[in-house]
Amino acid sequence: MEKQGYLDLYHQMVAIRRMEESAAELYQKGKIGGFLHLYIGQEAVSTGLIAPRTPDDRVITAYRDHGVAYNCGLSAREIIAELLGKATGCSKGKGGSMHMADVKKNYWGGHAIVGAHLPLAAGLALGDLYSKTPGVTICMFGDGATNIGYFHEALNLSKVWNLPVLWVCENNQYGMGTAVDRASAVSDIREKADGYAIPNDEVDGMDVLAVQAASAKMLEEIRAGGGPRFLEINTYRFRGHSMGDPERYRKADEVHRYQENDPIGMFRKYLIANDVASEEEIVKLEDAIEEEVRDAVEFAENSPEPAPEELFTNVYVETY
Amino acid sequence: MARLTMREAISQALWEEMERDPKVFILGEEVGVWGGTYAVTKGFYDHFGAERVRDTPISEAAIIGAGIGAALTGLRPVAELMTINFAFSAMDHIVNESAKLHYMFGGQMVLPLVIRTVGGGGRQLGATHSQTPDAIFAHFPGLVVVAPGTPADAKGLLKAAIRSNDPVMFIEHATLYQTRGEVPEGDFIVPIGKSTVQRPGKDVTIVTYSKMLELSLKAADQLAKEGVEAEIVDLRTLRPLDMAPVIESFKKTNRAVIVEEGWKSYGVGSEITARIYEEAFDYVDAPVKRVAQKEVPLPYNRTLEQSAIPNVEDIIQAVKEVL
Repeated sequence: MEKQGYLDLYHQMVAIRRMEESAAELYQKGKIGGFLHLYIGQEAVSTGLIAPRTPDDRVITAYRDHGVAYNCGLSAREIIAELLGKATGCSKGKGGSMHMADVKKNYWGGHAIVGAHLPLAAGLALGDLYSKTPGVTICMFGDGATNIGYFHEALNLSKVWNLPVLWVCENNQYGMGTAVDRASAVSDIREKADGYAIPNDEVDGMDVLAVQAASAKMLEEIRAGGGPRFLEINTYRFRGHSMGDPERYRKADEVHRYQENDPIGMFRKYLIANDVASEEEIVKLEDAIEEEVRDAVEFAENSPEPAPEELFTNVYVETY
Repeated sequence: MARLTMREAISQALWEEMERDPKVFILGEEVGVWGGTYAVTKGFYDHFGAERVRDTPISEAAIIGAGIGAALTGLRPVAELMTINFAFSAMDHIVNESAKLHYMFGGQMVLPLVIRTVGGGGRQLGATHSQTPDAIFAHFPGLVVVAPGTPADAKGLLKAAIRSNDPVMFIEHATLYQTRGEVPEGDFIVPIGKSTVQRPGKDVTIVTYSKMLELSLKAADQLAKEGVEAEIVDLRTLRPLDMAPVIESFKKTNRAVIVEEGWKSYGVGSEITARIYEEAFDYVDAPVKRVAQKEVPLPYNRTLEQSAIPNVEDIIQAVKEVL
């Protein structure tokens, strides 16, 4: 990978972190309504995962979707504007935190019902198989989603039809407040893929380069016609499930232990230790990202509310 | 014009649309090798092949979910649910996905999906396989719900549904498949969202749809012998609901009976009745009557089942009560 490739990964991870910190502040000021699920701690997962995709490859995820949106090429401006419910948001202020998408960038959302988007991902992949277009669908979901029926229906169908889909379980160890081993019959989630004869692997989700390599390998196998693949990415969220989570289900020690392996801090050290970039270059980049996010917040705050008539648009495409 | 059964009309519409547009394909349980549980897709698998007539596992959520996903890529899937009773296993995808995506993402997602399914009772299939829950689906903005009562409407509305860019729930009736009627050949389209007068009359308005249209027409014939001319308005589309022909008819007759096969509580009749009172209160000469299914899960026993489903006599009696 060229130097710029490394810096792009770092840029995306830091931008997601800063964006999420700004979102938390805006939420505490009462400017963001509803639920807010932050991606802090998990930045290396989607950043590494999405890095090897081509523009033909589709991405679909669950409700912890701001970071994924950024990795798919949405700007911090349209992401934060959506959080503030503004007309300039990626979903015109109608979706909010959990429903961000940009289909022109092949980013298909942002789905808030746990596991329900997995059958949709099978359909997106079916679209490419049927139309003989080259895309692979990357479908991300949490560990909790592997316990709902949709997961099993979708995995089964993907194998029966040999669909070009990469199933990605983002295992952050808790489905809301329930630890994986309290909710799942197998604690190695990827073993569930064995039940559908889907080749699978796992990777450390705190190591962006490891995730990138694992993703690139599987995308290549799928692109070659190998059918679905399953990747379990082990990670940890540093914040609660959503804002307002009392976090009674885990100890502060555990959180601190994982925070010592901050994916951003570790990658920063890696870049300097391996002479990819100097401390000075990195600080310059970090300053630029601070400015990018500050500008995005300003843009979002100054953006207009959706027009009142937007209430009734987009219910149907056709006029009846 | 050919006289076709409802089954043949639906089959013809599907066949012609698949011939016309390679983006149209079918997925569902037993649609291919078997030829369709109700034989609607008989011969399709051999003609169009396994890619376009896709047999699925018994996975209703995956059938509708995959239909949605494929539709998002620009294809025009016709996803079949073997019966409407199995739609409950796919409710999340019908309600929380198909009806929401266009709106929730600010208009950027378009899903030209048709969900073909079959409802209705009267075949001794017991409580879980005999329901008419059409009103439930008509509750959700974003979803189009169509339920034809004649072979011609079935053909024309199914073609319209396949060409529509909205998700359409297309509800057929299991005991209408053998019903015959004149069906225009070739490219015949019936617009979605338009109610129509199926029988003119001046004394009373009967508002109905699907299987109950057949019974209402029989009731009207008998009433005519007694000198009562009933006008029958067929809703054809439950959402978006076209009330104009209903109100126009009611303003003429000042009396109405609403006939549906589903349960009365919170049903289609409740909606139509309320709308008549809201939009034509000054024209009301008698309380609007509703004919609907008795409020029980349908029993297996034939006599008990038949007594729970509306019949021609129930309609005639209701009409006499409003005259």
